[in-house]
Amino acid sequence: MSNIILSLTDVEVAFDALKAVNGVTIAVPKGERRAIIGPNGAGKTTLFNAITGVIQPTSGQIVFDGHTITRLPPHKRARLGISRTFQITNLFPTLTVGDNMILAVRGLSPRKFSLFGSPDADAGEARRIAAALEASRMHERANIPVKELSYGEQRQLEIALALVTEPRLLLLDEPAAGLSPAERSIVAEIIRSLGRELTVILIEHDMDLALGLVDFVTCLHEGQVLVEEPPSEIRNDQRVQEVYLGKPRHA
Amino acid sequence: MSNITASPAIGAPRSLSTGAIITALAVITVAALLPLMLSTYHLGLATEVLIFGLLAMSIDILAGFAGRTSLGHGAIFGVSTYVVVYAVMTAGLSPLVACLLGVLAATALGAVFGLLAVRTSGVYFLLLTLALGMIVWGICLRWTQVTGGENGLRGAIRPALLSDYRAFYWMVLAVTAVLSLAIWRFVRSPFGLTLRGIRDSDSRMRSLGYDVSLHLFIGFTVSGLFAGAAGAMYALFNSFVSPSTVAVSQSVEALLMTIAGGVGTLFGAFVGSAAIIALENIASSYTERWQTVLGVTFILIMIFAPEGIVGTIRALVARLKH
Repeated sequence: MSNIILSLTDVEVAFDALKAVNGVTIAVPKGERRAIIGPNGAGKTTLFNAITGVIQPTSGQIVFDGHTITRLPPHKRARLGISRTFQITNLFPTLTVGDNMILAVRGLSPRKFSLFGSPDADAGEARRIAAALEASRMHERANIPVKELSYGEQRQLEIALALVTEPRLLLLDEPAAGLSPAERSIVAEIIRSLGRELTVILIEHDMDLALGLVDFVTCLHEGQVLVEEPPSEIRNDQRVQEVYLGKPRHA
Repeated sequence: MSNITASPAIGAPRSLSTGAIITALAVITVAALLPLMLSTYHLGLATEVLIFGLLAMSIDILAGFAGRTSLGHGAIFGVSTYVVVYAVMTAGLSPLVACLLGVLAATALGAVFGLLAVRTSGVYFLLLTLALGMIVWGICLRWTQVTGGENGLRGAIRPALLSDYRAFYWMVLAVTAVLSLAIWRFVRSPFGLTLRGIRDSDSRMRSLGYDVSLHLFIGFTVSGLFAGAAGAMYALFNSFVSPSTVAVSQSVEALLMTIAGGVGTLFGAFVGSAAIIALENIASSYTERWQTVLGVTFILIMIFAPEGIVGTIRALVARLKH
C-alpha cells in the first residue's frame, strides 16, 4: 500500500440533490499515468475539484501521500505537491509568459511576500522556469504577453505553470481540448516525456490520445466508477461503449 | 535552454529607464517651482491636487493592480484626518505624533476593511467597502463628544515651521513624491506581482499555492496606510474635519480621480486629481450647477476614454511607435 500516492475512499460531492460524484473509491500508485474518462456530466471535473480542494467533498476521505487532505483549502494542497491544469484555460492573460511562470514558481516560496524587493527571477527560479518551459515546448516565448499567444500555446503554458513547482501529482483536465491534430501531438509528446517521479492523472475525451499515454483507465458514469482497466481492455469493454455510444438510459 | 540562461531577467524590463527618471525629475522640479509662480489660492489648489492624488493612487493599488475597486477609501482617509485634528486639539499631542497616529489609525482601519472585504470581488467588493465607509461616516456623525458631530473639529494644528503656505506646499510635495515612489516600488515588487496575478485569475493563484485572501488583506492594509498619509496631510492643510471628509462622496470623488487619470497607471492619479480639482473650480466660478458639469465630464470620459487620460495617451503613444 505504501506506493499508493493518492487514495479516495467513498468520496461524494453533492450539489443539493444532485450527486455529481457519488461514492468514488480510487487508488493511484506513485508514478502511474491514469486516465479518467466518461461521458459529459460523468463527474470527472468535479472529482478533480474535490482532489484539488476547489470544492470539498460532502462525505468520504481523500489521502495524499499519507496526509488526509479531505478538508484542506487548495493552496495548502498545492504546498503538499498537488498541481493541476484547467479545462478552460486559466492563465494570467495581461502578464507575460515570464511573469506567469514567476508567479507559478513563487507560489510555494516565501519570496512572494517581498514588498519592496526586485521582482525578477533569481538564478534558482530562472533555472526551474527554464526547465518547465522547455518541458512544455514554450522556451522561446518568455517575453510575450499571454493574451497574444495562440490557443495551442496557451494550453502548453497551462502545463508549464503546473510543472514549475515540481509537483508530485499532476492533474491534467482535458489538456488537448480544442486543439488541432498537430497541437495535440505536441501535448501528447509533452505528457509522454514527463519523468516517472511524477504521478499524472488525466481527463481526456480524445480516446486515441488518452489511451496512448496511460497505464490504467478509470471510467466514470453518473458520478460512479463504472470500470477500471488497462487501456488495451477498455477499448473493447461493452459497458464503456454503452455509456459513450448512447444505449437508451434514463435521464 | 541556453538562450534563457543567457538572459536571467525573465519577463518585461522593470528597471527605470533613463527617460522615465528624467521625466520624473522634470515634473518634480516644475512642481517645486510652482510656489514662485502661483497665487496663494492657486497654490492651495495645487496642494490639494497632491494630497488627493496620493489618495487616488492608494485606490489604484487595489483597483489597478488587484482588480478590486474600493468605495471605502474616503473613510480611511478621513479617519486619519479626524485622528490628527483630535490628537492635536483635544489630546494636545505634537502634530508629528498626531500624523503618525492618524496613519496608524487609517492602516488599522484598512486592515479591518480588508479582513471583511477580501473574500469578495467585483460589485460585492464595491458594495461592501461602500457599506463599511458609511458605517464610519455614521460613527463620525453620531459620536458627538469625540468628533463634534456635524460641526466637526476645528483648530490651527499646523506647526509653526509649516505655517507659511509655500513651506507647507513643499513639505506636501516632498512627502507625496517619496510615498509615490514607494507605491511604484510596491506594485512592482514580487508581492505586487501576486496582486496582478489575483486580478487576472484568483482560482489559478489558489491552485499555485497562494493564499489569495491573505494577499488581498496585505494589499488593502498597505493601501490604507497611503490613504492615511494623504488624510493626515489633509488635516494639516485644512485644519478642519467634519463628517463630509469621511462621507461616500469623498470616496466617490477619489475613485473618479483614479478613473479619470487611468486605472492601473499609478501616476495618472495626479493627472486625474488635477483635472477634477481644476474642473470643479472652473465650473463652480461660472455656474452653481458645477456638479452637473462634473457628472457630464465623467460620462464622456467613461464613453470616449475609459482607460483614463494617462491610459489613453499611453495607448496613442504606443500606436504611434508601431
